[in-house]
Amino acid sequence: MASQAVVAEQQPAVKIATHTGDIIARVVTFTFAATILAITLLLVYQLYKSSAAARAALGFGFLTSSEWNPVTDQFGAAPFIYGTVVTSLVALLISVPMGLGAAIFLSELAPARISNALTFVIELLAAIPSVIYGLLAIFTLVPLMRLYVEPFLKHTLGFLPLFKGPAYGVGYLTAGLVLSIMTIPFVISVSRESLLAVPREQREAALALGATRWESTWQIVVPYAKLGILGSVFLGLARALGETMAVTMVIGNVPRINYSLLAPGYSIAAVIANEFSEAGGTIHPAALVELGLVLFCLTILINSFARLMIIATTSKGSKRA
Amino acid sequence: MNRLLWRKIVNGVMLTLTGICTVVTVSALFVILGCLVYQGGKSLSWNFFTQLPVPVGELGGGMANAIVGTAQIVGMAALFGIPIGFLAGVYLAEYDDKKFGFVVRYVADLLNGVPSIVVGILAWTLVVLPMHHNSALAGSIALAVMLIPIVTRQTEQFLREVPLSLREGALALGASKWKMIATVVVPAGSKGVLTGMILGVARIAGESAPLIFTALGNQYWGGINEPTSSLPVMIYKYATSPFDDWHQQAWAAGLVLIGMVLTANILARLVLARGVSVPRG
Repeated sequence: MASQAVVAEQQPAVKIATHTGDIIARVVTFTFAATILAITLLLVYQLYKSSAAARAALGFGFLTSSEWNPVTDQFGAAPFIYGTVVTSLVALLISVPMGLGAAIFLSELAPARISNALTFVIELLAAIPSVIYGLLAIFTLVPLMRLYVEPFLKHTLGFLPLFKGPAYGVGYLTAGLVLSIMTIPFVISVSRESLLAVPREQREAALALGATRWESTWQIVVPYAKLGILGSVFLGLARALGETMAVTMVIGNVPRINYSLLAPGYSIAAVIANEFSEAGGTIHPAALVELGLVLFCLTILINSFARLMIIATTSKGSKRA
Repeated sequence: MNRLLWRKIVNGVMLTLTGICTVVTVSALFVILGCLVYQGGKSLSWNFFTQLPVPVGELGGGMANAIVGTAQIVGMAALFGIPIGFLAGVYLAEYDDKKFGFVVRYVADLLNGVPSIVVGILAWTLVVLPMHHNSALAGSIALAVMLIPIVTRQTEQFLREVPLSLREGALALGASKWKMIATVVVPAGSKGVLTGMILGVARIAGESAPLIFTALGNQYWGGINEPTSSLPVMIYKYATSPFDDWHQQAWAAGLVLIGMVLTANILARLVLARGVSVPRG
């Protein structure tokens, strides 16, 4: 991203005589660029319009009610919002330390060739479709969680309300775990980018003053890149919030708020995936669209923060030579 | 002295930990691949590619319709999405007037971050609702909306990397600006642009969330205007079913899907884009 900024400054300010072809080309490409804005506006408009019936019937109670029963036309979004937020937080709790650690290793310690090869593998990890993560999670992770991890957690940390209740294998914890594997590549690649954008002199100065490699990294380089790292965290969060398939397959799909992480729950994306094609009547589909609108607003908010932070850091430093 | 020793220990421990983080993350890929090859390999046969799905209990059967369906849906999505994304990218790279360009770039990044299931809702309201039935067309429109911002940003990035001297050369020879773009800049950046397109298509090919209620699924061959099954949706359906036969089919489908996605990724990144850094966004 830093290189992009440099190239951008080189763009010519050459004035060229305007030909008819130029005007046409400019107008055509402009139209397509404007199409992107139009699609986004259309998305907002359609979400708003199609959820009108639910907003009229349910009002703000929709967001706070925890009753979800399509048969009796009761729709409350709270269990889904809760499930989405909890699984995403569990995911971040695991993926941020892991991702930051790996990013530090890749940018500060590993020789360039090894770093590039490993980054390539991590990018492939990001390319794996979410349904594949779900497939693996159902048949390998869920039994492991049910038979070993969850009984162990109950045995050692069972006094906490977070780890109470029977071990089903599916639930918030398992979903969060799968999400963490899916968000790590995003945390790593953006954090690594920001760490590489820290000027080399910063490291050299710290080392010359007698700091160890770790002290120079943790006290000088990481704080210097903190906005970009924070940006990567938010990017990962937005990713986790909107993730559908893998979560749908392992969260348990029970529309209740449970305080135990071992209990099954539900997420916004999962309920849309499960119920949308079979939703009848007017309010049920509209309520699902409204859930989509809530999810859309959440991710847009978090994404715009993330983008601004990443722009702020990567345009500031210069890349390591 | 004691303090120095302590600092050295902390240094060693923390640096080792960062290494462990890396090893764990990287090995995740190999564990995933290993599982898929082992489980999927057991049930993958020639029939999988040539036969239609069979009811539970019957042996054999495949997912030929889902493979063709995926090709149909993704192909149409590429047909809609690539031209729009490409031309928008050309605008951002070549005609950018700072303010409008910044807005488009920012909005494209936001659109790229919109959850795929929400994009599915958009396609549902635009196609399924007015036509009163699910269709491959609806699915491909959802995927096209996801593809556009990816292609736009990648095209822009790679066109910007074309050296200034090439542009000046073309202009000095008397080419008008659009001729310069069409005959010099785009060919020079074509490798990177093509890489971006392949990566984008590979990404949407694995999407299932926006297809569940747009393209739906079909036990037989689909069509542009009919419900059509796709590999990702079949994996979801079969994996969450209670039947062992179907689980095995899901593994086989998973192996085929990941084979396609990773092959496209590796080819695009290694062969086509030698020396070109592929940005992520």
